[in-house]
Parts: sequence; structure tokens; C-alpha cells
Amino acid sequence: MTSPLHREKGAELSRRDILKSGAALATVTLAPGVTLMAFGGKKAAAGEDMPADGLKPGARWGLLIDAAKCPEDCSACVSACSAELGWENNGLETDPQWIRKVTLRDKETGRTNSLPVMCQHCESPPCVDVCPTGASFKREDGIVLVNRHTCIGCRYCMMACPFKARSFVFAPVSGQKSIAPRGIGTVEGCTLCVHKIDRGDGTTACVEACTATGNNAMMFGDLNDPDSEIAIAVATYASVELRADLGLNLGVRYQNI
Amino acid sequence: MKNLLTSLLAVLALAIAPAHAQELFPSIPKALGEPHPEGNEYWRINHPALLAHDRDLVVLEGIRDVDASLVGCVVCHAVNGPDQGPVPMPVNAGSPDNSCQVCHQFVAIEIGCFVCHASVPSKEDVAMILPQYSADDEGWRAYMEDLAALQEASQ
Repeated sequence: MTSPLHREKGAELSRRDILKSGAALATVTLAPGVTLMAFGGKKAAAGEDMPADGLKPGARWGLLIDAAKCPEDCSACVSACSAELGWENNGLETDPQWIRKVTLRDKETGRTNSLPVMCQHCESPPCVDVCPTGASFKREDGIVLVNRHTCIGCRYCMMACPFKARSFVFAPVSGQKSIAPRGIGTVEGCTLCVHKIDRGDGTTACVEACTATGNNAMMFGDLNDPDSEIAIAVATYASVELRADLGLNLGVRYQNI
Repeated sequence: MKNLLTSLLAVLALAIAPAHAQELFPSIPKALGEPHPEGNEYWRINHPALLAHDRDLVVLEGIRDVDASLVGCVVCHAVNGPDQGPVPMPVNAGSPDNSCQVCHQFVAIEIGCFVCHASVPSKEDVAMILPQYSADDEGWRAYMEDLAALQEASQ
């Protein structure tokens, strides 16, 4: 299946291939502090075949959430995210909320519905459009992230996001997790557990926690891989995007809302 | 005149250096793990550029197997603190004994890294960077003991 969602990564040599191709490491010291050197990766140094490193070409990571299976009193996904990534929400308006539980109520019928909402990882993210420094960006595998190295904390992206998915760090932070650096003056949001994806875990903290409760309301996978569980599920059963009218083509889809 | 000044300075430097070597240069704590193949001089000068290059590989392209990772710095260059409570921990970047701070305070350059990044390694970080230590309490104890021994020996 060729997908319009993503351009295929060609066979051209990437920057990484060049970096990792040469001799493992050649270093010539000319004078103290003046060194001629050629880099090679750790794997190249060991002469091993290199395993897949970096993002999966042509992937579009996404979530499928079944609101019918999500009980209103359960917030396992929120606690799991908080524990995995080292943020804490104590109910203050200024507290971070990378993922939150939302209850919807149909005014006509009174039917209520509970579901987790996080960054929807749009194909055309408004947060990326408005970012003045390019800190808000979309990885080639569809994950929308904040590069905190370039984020100046202007919060345009928070204004642009239709899903209220991002929050701002107002106070100095200590005790961060090494897999999720976060600090004052930058904007943050769901990373789709990018550290786990790069590690090859094939799941996210929220999905793991949801599965562990037995509710099985959340599913993670590659929407562009026709054999993946999530691609088969979205092709078989009805699912919707939040605010589909905006035409953003979201990576997170919902059932039964 | 210029020559005279140069030689005068050289003589002065020679006279001062042996007596005040401790005060003139920061004493950088020894680190665990394999030494940098490029040499310490190279890393002392180029670490900002090396880290900045590899952070872009990680953040933008998802390449995690990089040569210059901040977690790597924090694990190998950890410094055992003097008063660490029941569970021994390396000092964080707020301490003047921290390996980064020893030099950075000497040259009066603020470190931006640890506003966001963890400056104390986790058990998992230690096991990932130095596989001789396991990612449990046992591995952590061995790691902290080796750090303490290393710093004791270098004093």
C-alpha cells in the first residue's frame, strides 16, 4: 500500500549513513586540542551489522481509542504517562497535562462518554505552522514534538492547537527522567512515547497501562503498515477523528463517540 | 619591548605555576568507563559542538546510538557526594563538586543543559552506558562504590 500520508524515504544516503559508514574511528592528534578525526558509530567500531536505528521509514504511528471500553472512573493511562515521563498534575491550571481524561455529554440524549485526549499527532499540525523558531516539528514518522533546544516559550503552538494538547512549564523542574527532559520556559506535550518507539518497544506507556487494566480501550501501531493490528482495525470498523472538519488528518482516532 | 614583556611574563608564569597549580586550574574529577579515544583535550574544547550535533540526530531523526550523549556524560562523570543520606547518590548539577560545574564555575559559564536534562543518572542509564553494572540495587551499589573509590584515589 502506498500511502499519501507519507513520502517514502528514498534510497539516498542519509546523513547518518555517512556518519556511520567510514572507518570506525581514526584520530590524529596534531597538537593538544587540535585533532583530526573521522567518526564512526559504536556498532561500526565493533564491526557488527548495524540494526535498524533511527525512525522507521514510511511509518505513521498512531493510536486507536475505543471510548465504549473506557470507564469514566479509570485514569490508568494518565497516571502511567505521568510516571513514565516524569510530569505531575495536581489540578492547578498551570500544571502540565500531556494526556487528560475528558467526559463528553450529548445535550439531546444525555449520553455521556469518557475518553483520553492527548496530542493528536496531526498530519498537518497547526502548532508546526505557527512556531516562529521551528521548535514545534513533525518527525518523518508522523510524531509531532517540541524541540526544547529551540523552543523560546512563546506559546503560539498552545493557542493554535485545537485539542488543548500542549502545556507550558512555568516553574523550575528537578528530578526529570533522562528519557524525557523538561524544564522551565518551554512548551511540552505528548511525545507518543518516542523514546519507547525508538527503542523498539512497539507500544506506549498509556496503551500498556490500559491493556494492563483489562479494558483494552487503546491500541498503538503503524497506520501505514497494512498488516498492523491498528491498520486492520481502522480499515474494518468505523472510527472518527476529533474535529474532522479541520481536515488535519490525525494520527489518533476514536471509536464509539 | 615586546620581547622583554614576553620573557618577563614567562618568568612570572614559571615562578607562580608550581606553587599555585591547585588554584590556577580546576581539579577535574576522574571518570568511570573507557577514556575518550580522541583524548581529553579534544573533548574539553569540542564538547559543546559534539553534543549539539548529536542532540539534533536524536531529537530530529530519532537516532539514539550516538557518540556524544548527555546521559553518557552524566553516567561516567558522576561524582559521589559527601553527604548523601541512606541511599548514596551522585551530586546533581546544583553542586560545585559536580563534574561539569568544576570547570564551568571556574570559567564562569552557566550550564543550560540541566534546566531540562537530568544531571543524576538512573539505574537504567548506568546499565545502558556501562553494561558491567546491572540495572538493579546491586548494580547501583557497585557503581557508587566504584565512583567513591575512584575519587578517593584521585585526591
